[in-house]
Amino acid sequence: MIQVTARIEPSKLMTFASPLLAIFLTLIFGSILFSLLDKDPLQAMHLLLIAPLSDAYNFSEMLVKMGPLLLCAVGLSLCYRANLWNIGAEGQLLIGALGGSAMALQFVDSEAWFALPLTLIAGILSGMLWAAIPTFLKLKFNSNLILTTIMFNYIALYLLLWGVHGPLRDPDGFGFPESAIFSDATILPLLNEDGRAHIGIIFAILLAIFAAFVLAKSHLGFQIKVFGADEPAARYAGFNQTKLTWAVMLFAGALAGLAGVSEVAGPIGQLVPGISPGYGYSAIIVAYLGRLHPLGALLSATFMAVLYMGGDLAQIEMGIPIAVVGMFQGVLLFFLLACDFFIHYRLTFPSNSQYQN
Amino acid sequence: MKFKSLLVGLGLVAGISIAQAEEPFKVGFVYVGPIGDHGWSYEHNRGREELQSFFGDKIETTFVENVPEGADAQRVITQLAKAGNDLIFTTSFGFMNPTLKVSKRFKKTTFEHATGYKRSKNMGTYTLRTYEGRYVSGVAAGMLTKTNTIGYIASFPIPEVFRDINAVYMGAKTVNPDIDIKIVWVNTWYDPGKETDAANALIDQGVDIMLQHTDSPAPLIAAQKRGIKGIGQASDMSHFAPDAHIFSIRDNWFPYYLKTTQAVMDGTYKPQDFWGGFKDDMLNVSSINTNLPIEVRAKIDETYNAIRSGELKPFTGPIKDNSGKLVIEANHTLTDKELSQVNWYIEGIKAKMPN
Repeated sequence: MIQVTARIEPSKLMTFASPLLAIFLTLIFGSILFSLLDKDPLQAMHLLLIAPLSDAYNFSEMLVKMGPLLLCAVGLSLCYRANLWNIGAEGQLLIGALGGSAMALQFVDSEAWFALPLTLIAGILSGMLWAAIPTFLKLKFNSNLILTTIMFNYIALYLLLWGVHGPLRDPDGFGFPESAIFSDATILPLLNEDGRAHIGIIFAILLAIFAAFVLAKSHLGFQIKVFGADEPAARYAGFNQTKLTWAVMLFAGALAGLAGVSEVAGPIGQLVPGISPGYGYSAIIVAYLGRLHPLGALLSATFMAVLYMGGDLAQIEMGIPIAVVGMFQGVLLFFLLACDFFIHYRLTFPSNSQYQN
Repeated sequence: MKFKSLLVGLGLVAGISIAQAEEPFKVGFVYVGPIGDHGWSYEHNRGREELQSFFGDKIETTFVENVPEGADAQRVITQLAKAGNDLIFTTSFGFMNPTLKVSKRFKKTTFEHATGYKRSKNMGTYTLRTYEGRYVSGVAAGMLTKTNTIGYIASFPIPEVFRDINAVYMGAKTVNPDIDIKIVWVNTWYDPGKETDAANALIDQGVDIMLQHTDSPAPLIAAQKRGIKGIGQASDMSHFAPDAHIFSIRDNWFPYYLKTTQAVMDGTYKPQDFWGGFKDDMLNVSSINTNLPIEVRAKIDETYNAIRSGELKPFTGPIKDNSGKLVIEANHTLTDKELSQVNWYIEGIKAKMPN
């Protein structure tokens, strides 16, 4: 008879061993999966996990993919730490892209040095505004943050579509739903000539470090942790929940907005309907994989970016269907989360005699 | 002895591998959706499969499916070019600017983009004359409707969709002067849930023929359930709605993929803006339902043949828009370039332009 027992304290050993165990289990599963499809498992796993980091071009593309995931996940980590269930990073990202684009399109024929800073600020403020509305609703009317932020994601998507089909549409674009191409003055400088990695990714990494510092060392970070761990205790200690909620939600909105504007003013270079392949939602997984720690998010965002890119490479090099790639990625995430179970629980094998009176 | 035969064997193997060393011509495809078993990306993939079996081991084809139209597209196209593909087809409008950017970096690779309007020295564009299929659809719908009301599930407000709505109305008007068309915009190419809602809303307003500019079989399935008729889009959708299905307008990309691949292999390729329709066998009227009255089937055939032979050219003036303004002069037929800029509703359509 196997029994699940809660650990008195989270296991330190399992905190480190769980991801390794998960990767080990995934490799076994992957070997079986790819062998059944008559694909070389070693080559497949090399493409999925290692090739995305293997040369300068791929590495730079990995950074492009990682940037928005990281920015959204850092904000979400702080929210979740403070028990604020913000699912709205996707909408905040889209509105950030929309607001940033509206600004960038004022500078299509300009080379002004302040065009790029203004574009970024417009994106950040738009993201903050989009986070502010559900925050206000929660504080004023005690509305459910999960529901309002999800609804605001849909509203954001429709606003984006309205913008790109309407006022922001390229007047010379034959009516197709895209904006004009941005001027170089509103494009984020590249990190190297060969790839598309841009300076926004440096911002993202610095912001992750900043958030980690705030969480670890500042009074605000302490309040976030206390609210997350024990809300009544935090209130008893006299912490101002309203202020904290505003601070954390606006910070998350700003980061998601920056992620959005960095996409349009970065690798895409114009406003299009398909800004985000769901970065704001994937960032929820990234935040949890990173154990709700901003530096953990740095690792997990890199990891997820590698997985996404590896999926394309596996299709190109080996003709592995996207569905199989998706299965492999899903199983990996499943094992990662499932193995975390053992941090807080353990299996015991009590003999039957214990149950006899 | 053994050693000697081993050497001979090795020599043979080496000889064979030299004989095979001539690199196959590599063709890459980028799809916006999963391949699935019907619809836009499925038809492009069917074209790829036929291309592969036509050339056999002379070519090697690769595809990447479900590629988002954001920042990812440029990476995928670049990776295909880096993997040594000589010719790359990118098959969705949102891939236009990414394809253009990559085409400037990989000058020896040929790029072909479907449905766009930007070209470069090594990048051409191609599209379908979907309005030809719509015109035939309009004729069939106009004859079959009892309520004189056609429903149109429109995807995005772009010239292609306006053009096709106008073509349906034009076709229907030739056989039914009292025809009315109701349009619902769903802002998606594929969303079975939304498409079903749109179809039901249209049926509730008295529509009894359902046309769709979206990819899922949901509108046809709704038509079957509610006892009205509809027309399939992109793929043969007859099996989704055995009674309701009038016919499907089926995309067929193979003739173009064959022609272009051959041209690039021969070194005769020149980038152009290619429009394929009935005449090129790139659009077919497929699986015409046997439950249709004989005169309707005859009229479908007649209209198809008239367009195919060039005798009937749908966008020929004089044509006014629904505000009464003359948009096509008398005796003028819209050129392809003008067709790609249609942003009006033809006279008689009661709906207002979105935006």
